[in-house]
Amino acid sequence: MPTLLEMRGISKVFPGVRALDHVDLTVEQGEIHAICGENGAGKSTLMKVLSGVYPFGSYEGEIHYDGALLQNRGIRDSEAKGIIIIHQELALVPLLSIAENLFLGNEVASKGVINWPLAFQKTESLLKKVGLDEAPTAVVGKLGVGKQQLIEIAKALAKDVRLLILDEPTAALQENDSQKLLDLMLELKAQGVTQIIISHKLNEIGRVADRITILRDGATVSTLRKDEISEERIIRDMVGRDMAHRYPERDHHPGEVLMEVTGWNVWHPEQQGRQMIRDASFHVRKGEIVGIAGLMGAGRTELAMSIFGHAYGRNISGTVKMGGKVVDTSSVMKAIDAGLAYVTEDRKQLGLVLDEPIVRNITLANLAGVATRGVLSRGREQQVAEEYRRAMSIRTPSVFQKVVNLSGGNQQKVVLSKWLFADPQVLILDEPTRGIDVGAKFEIYTIMNELAAQGRGVVMVSSEMPELLGMCDRIYVMNEGRILGELSRAEATQERIMSLILKNNGKKVA
Amino acid sequence: MADQTANAGGRGIGAHLGGHLRENGMILALVAIVVFFTVIVRVTQGVDFLSAQNITNLFLQNSYVIIMALGMLLVIVAGHIDLSVGSVVGFTGAVAAVLTVNMGWPVYAVVPTVLLVGLCIGAAQGYWVAYWRIPSFIVTLAGMLVFRGLTLWLLAGQNVGPFPKSFQSLSTGFIPDAFGVGKPNMTALVLIALAAVAILWMGLRARARDQQFGIAPEPMIVFTIRNFVVVAALMFVGYKLATFRGLPNVVVVLAVLTVLYAFFTEQTTTGRRIYALGGNEKAARLSGINTDRLVFLTFANMGVLASLAGMIVAARLNSSTPKAGVGFELDVIAAVFIGGASMTGGSGKIIGVVVGALIMGVMNNGMSIMGIGIDYQQVIKGLVLLAAVIFDVYNKNK
Repeated sequence: MPTLLEMRGISKVFPGVRALDHVDLTVEQGEIHAICGENGAGKSTLMKVLSGVYPFGSYEGEIHYDGALLQNRGIRDSEAKGIIIIHQELALVPLLSIAENLFLGNEVASKGVINWPLAFQKTESLLKKVGLDEAPTAVVGKLGVGKQQLIEIAKALAKDVRLLILDEPTAALQENDSQKLLDLMLELKAQGVTQIIISHKLNEIGRVADRITILRDGATVSTLRKDEISEERIIRDMVGRDMAHRYPERDHHPGEVLMEVTGWNVWHPEQQGRQMIRDASFHVRKGEIVGIAGLMGAGRTELAMSIFGHAYGRNISGTVKMGGKVVDTSSVMKAIDAGLAYVTEDRKQLGLVLDEPIVRNITLANLAGVATRGVLSRGREQQVAEEYRRAMSIRTPSVFQKVVNLSGGNQQKVVLSKWLFADPQVLILDEPTRGIDVGAKFEIYTIMNELAAQGRGVVMVSSEMPELLGMCDRIYVMNEGRILGELSRAEATQERIMSLILKNNGKKVA
Repeated sequence: MADQTANAGGRGIGAHLGGHLRENGMILALVAIVVFFTVIVRVTQGVDFLSAQNITNLFLQNSYVIIMALGMLLVIVAGHIDLSVGSVVGFTGAVAAVLTVNMGWPVYAVVPTVLLVGLCIGAAQGYWVAYWRIPSFIVTLAGMLVFRGLTLWLLAGQNVGPFPKSFQSLSTGFIPDAFGVGKPNMTALVLIALAAVAILWMGLRARARDQQFGIAPEPMIVFTIRNFVVVAALMFVGYKLATFRGLPNVVVVLAVLTVLYAFFTEQTTTGRRIYALGGNEKAARLSGINTDRLVFLTFANMGVLASLAGMIVAARLNSSTPKAGVGFELDVIAAVFIGGASMTGGSGKIIGVVVGALIMGVMNNGMSIMGIGIDYQQVIKGLVLLAAVIFDVYNKNK
């Protein structure tokens, strides 16, 4: 088969990070090519290079497409050549109709006047192609995610697609919708559309892919043909690396059970009937660091936030026990009173008031601690801030510095300080080292160890497996809203975590 | 400790002024505007802009804007807006008139009743904004129409008045002279002197405390100049008022409320939480702050202040009219933004808002004396508002 796309020696450097390091990828005409890799392996970056999000000249290496050198200046260039990417977060306008969405920016019009009869006619034929039985006037926001995904594909077909890139297309879909989508992919293949699929789900890859390329740490590890694909091989190639980071030493002395969550169920806050957490149970002991592993979308943040004051989701059921007693965590205040703290993965949006100074952010969750009968003591407030600035080594000229001006690592230390000042028994840390440089990571790890040494319980949610392995006494593995298993420090390896996740993928009851 | 001292030494006057350009600039702008009008009015009209009578007028004319601006600051800091205050002024004034004039209630029963009505109005609007998440712009736009309509209905389209002396004194009354000296009014002088001493004492105490905790204090020269200007202006105004009819009741109410709200916003946990809520609502909620209830309370508080303003306006006009309060919301909101509050919520100071309201008031008064038509007045006020906000945005982006 002739080659449609050849990416040679692609390298892409962001400040401080080499996201792609001489990646090679060859896609043949008419095949379905899967790309696999851990979070942060460089899959999305590679696709952004291909689709022109990162224009020609901003990366090293060459892309040959259809026999010619590809020099995209932007997404429009690549779309004109038939390269169309469907992102994980769908790019549809929920309040517009299917027909309006399909031709958005590409309207069926002459001199700016839209020819609606023709647009509807085209829409109907496109919808037929993707097997969606909806009126062209149906409002997109009212359709389920599965149907929206099909509309995205129809939108791509409207632009004469030659190379269709699907970024985790089934991550948000129910089982039967996923099957439909995979069938459609095979049908498009029969019609000659070349496709690249990014996916974690090995059963899906096995079903549709002709070849698979595995990325790790921004480099190509291997490209396998269909007959070479085996679960063991993929897992080994995906995780096979040395521990890149170092972790501070710690004595592990877990005590009695501090927090216990049983039978936790959570539904999606907006989409009816979509269950995000299914019957999750776990516990944390005194002085223990417990990890929650899983890929993106596994439901880890949803689990943490729903426990912490029902800050996520609807129809939450299940019990939380602290020190053996059932506690009410139905509002953030009650959760804090019960001894919980949640350090969010999104510090800028959810963790900090960016335009306020460090001192005000640190005391925010426990203003009563620096006030007498509702009247703040500026002096005490400042003493507290100075204490944490020293204890956490927050690097700043003054505690009156606005947090927006701090580096990611120092911002994270401010968030941690805020929660430590609230004096919780159990801290849930959601991606505590995301977007932080290596040195600051080590400091955060050290702080976590100190918290455990003080007899607190720490729950660490992380996408970086080496970090979980290096820090945790036990690791729970989550996928699709379930806790699939629990590994002790001795048992846990990246391979075992990965295989727990991948083997359980798509096996839920439809 | 060493690095802190180094820091304190490293911050020059220029750097400090740069950081506090807005606060000090506001006071300078007010002084400049007053000086400008004093000169212009003297030259063109031969009138004394700073006469005792005109200063008294200035306060009587603008008291309601300042009072409502205190509450509006909280609403805007929380990230919302209240467009209904003008209509609420009209409505609560009408309620006061009906109770007093038509039904003959005594003033001590009318005042708490009307404040309660204001509280209910604010609470009703706050309920929809806070707990139903209806945009405040919509809720209070509806309130603006509803309460204007109810004012017309309650007054049956007529003016209701006059008020008895006791009610009028809400606005036009003066603190009596306790020392029996006559002119100048000694009570006024003593109170003003006490206020001046209090301002200086608190300023010095804050400085001492800052130094104790190692905060780089404001350079002494800036502190001295600013306090000199403030205290001098205060003494001058106080002396002028004392030689006329003494301290108007309204000025006392205004001063007490200003101090109270400044204390509330800067020194209490609830005040702090409103700023956090306006700065980042999600982060505030995830820090255990009951953001919905705070939004509700800011609107309820706004309702109370609007009803107080409603009574003051009615007392000043000595009748309640269906048109009372029309357009007040714009003056109040303009004062808050001229005073340096952020459009997206989370920042703004009480003292800035009071100075902002005074700038608007002085301009109104000065332009009226100069005989500038209402047409040009509006154009100029609009441009001043725009300039003040452009200045803020420019400063922030710099």
